[in-house]
Amino acid sequence: MAAPKFEVPTLTEFTAVPKIQEGSMAHMKSFVANEKVQSFLGYPWELGEDWKERAIDRMGDLLGKYRSLRVFMDACVHCGACTDKCHYFLGTADPKNMPVARQELMRKVYRRYFTLPGKMAPWLVGAEDLTQETLDDWYNYYHQCSECRRCSVYCPYGIDTAEITMAGREILNYVGMGQKYSNEIVGKVQKIGNNLGLPGPALEDTLAGLEEDVLDATGVAVKFPIDVEGAEIMLVTPSADFFSEPHVESLIGYAKVFHAAGVSWTLSSKASEAGNFGLFVANYDTMRTVANRIRDAALELGVKRIVVGECGHAWRVAYSFWNTLNGVGYGGDDPYAKQLQQQLDSRYPQPQHICEYTWDLIQQGALEFDKSLNDDRVITMHDSCNVARGSRMGNEAGGQFTIPRNIIKAVANNFHDMASETIGEGTFCCGGGGGLLTDDLMEVRVKGALPRMNALNNVVQGEQVNFMATICAICKAQFTKVLPYYGFDMSMVGGVHQLVSTAIKLD
Amino acid sequence: MPMVTIAGKEIELDEEGFLTNLADWSRDVADYMAAEEKVEMTDAHWEVIDFLREYYDEYQIAPAVRVLTKAIGKKLGPDKGNNKYLYELFPYGPAKQACKIGGLPKPTGCI
Repeated sequence: MAAPKFEVPTLTEFTAVPKIQEGSMAHMKSFVANEKVQSFLGYPWELGEDWKERAIDRMGDLLGKYRSLRVFMDACVHCGACTDKCHYFLGTADPKNMPVARQELMRKVYRRYFTLPGKMAPWLVGAEDLTQETLDDWYNYYHQCSECRRCSVYCPYGIDTAEITMAGREILNYVGMGQKYSNEIVGKVQKIGNNLGLPGPALEDTLAGLEEDVLDATGVAVKFPIDVEGAEIMLVTPSADFFSEPHVESLIGYAKVFHAAGVSWTLSSKASEAGNFGLFVANYDTMRTVANRIRDAALELGVKRIVVGECGHAWRVAYSFWNTLNGVGYGGDDPYAKQLQQQLDSRYPQPQHICEYTWDLIQQGALEFDKSLNDDRVITMHDSCNVARGSRMGNEAGGQFTIPRNIIKAVANNFHDMASETIGEGTFCCGGGGGLLTDDLMEVRVKGALPRMNALNNVVQGEQVNFMATICAICKAQFTKVLPYYGFDMSMVGGVHQLVSTAIKLD
Repeated sequence: MPMVTIAGKEIELDEEGFLTNLADWSRDVADYMAAEEKVEMTDAHWEVIDFLREYYDEYQIAPAVRVLTKAIGKKLGPDKGNNKYLYELFPYGPAKQACKIGGLPKPTGCI
């Protein structure tokens, strides 16, 4: 499992645009999913003789279904504004990791098969036949994009490379080249209920252990209830919160907040996962199936509110798509969605982010903190891409940036932001999002983290920052692994509710 | 998938070197995996591996990191019941590296 040898980039004060190195990441190929994984999802597991036709057919379907994809294929004027905005390009110098080049891998095929000039005079318009070589490039480079959408912020046309990557992966799946990591997870969440494959009894055992731990540490009987019918709130959180460090520290934080608020809440063994990798592989039906576990659990338990834990892409799916996917929020138009809308309490946002929930309580004066308990920490905040650019929190623009920071400042005394162009809407991805959080992509993960590591290093040197808070399970896992490559301690990363957990007063 | 011969037995591994058939595990397999991972097995390592396997037998999943640290702490003393100690034993991370040596499936997800 030792990662292959590669050169770790050197930290610098500013992230410079590198001199291009053609093909420097062409060797990077994530493991391909096998028959067992692919067949469960209804995809082939090897290229058939008709793979080319299947690929073009699927591309045609997607172009018809998603108007955005066709616009993105047509609209690019090659202005170059995106070229130096991708963390993977900045960290690897491979020109195919420039967003425009990543798009071009698909655009040249689109032109050939779906535009008149490309069909008639391909040599004039940069149109090319789909070849095995191009397909391999798709596989390699659509798995060196974390779908973080930073490039789209700087594109004058708003072209979203993430959507192109997603379409590329869907076509790859359709011809039999699925990615092992994401597809195994998409299967597991449907079979067992969460991405980890944590069965109900293991979950119960883990939660009972946490109750003991918190009682030992605080003397207060904080509960971690599961499958409680009639509870007011159902918490849906990434399964890594049950399993990993530092994730579990935030789970303890949520439980303490619910305890202090005196509210009845529950987890669900059926919906024991907030994450939805259906987004990463861009299959709408899969995304819906995964999202519907949450609707089913909410209906069965009869809860009035749904709160989502610290998970970046889950919050994007929840905030932006749940309403029509599964009826949490207004918009779903099937009987179950309507039933759920009647059941959920319309006085609260549905769904609600745990940070919105905690911040509301803080504003009401319902929580008390001893901020000095966080005095050993000098904290900064890493904005997670899907929260930053794919969702919002609260009632004001930018709430997804201010609310987590407001919480941190309410529970701790020392906070310093990183450079403004590296946070907020322009935040750099952790380097492990979008289905890249796998050991076989360690090189791209480490190199892609460079811009964030440079920004962090500046506040470590200048402000003595020793803790980077984030609200995403992928970011936490990615940084835990990647920080040591750059000479930082892995325990520097943690959750916002980990800080809440440290300072909250309980009785 | 790659086949390897361990103690005279043909064993299939997946791309990442995990066992394809969990029933193939033996202490010889663990020693082989540990050597591949450049982990030198000591009694302390075996304490962790034995616990992982017991837990897996009961729950069909590796224990959460907290569950593991607590169990090790109870067995070997509170100074060893922490993440740091486990990382000293299994530098690539207890969840993945110890699971591999112990013949458990690789945990997946955001970990």
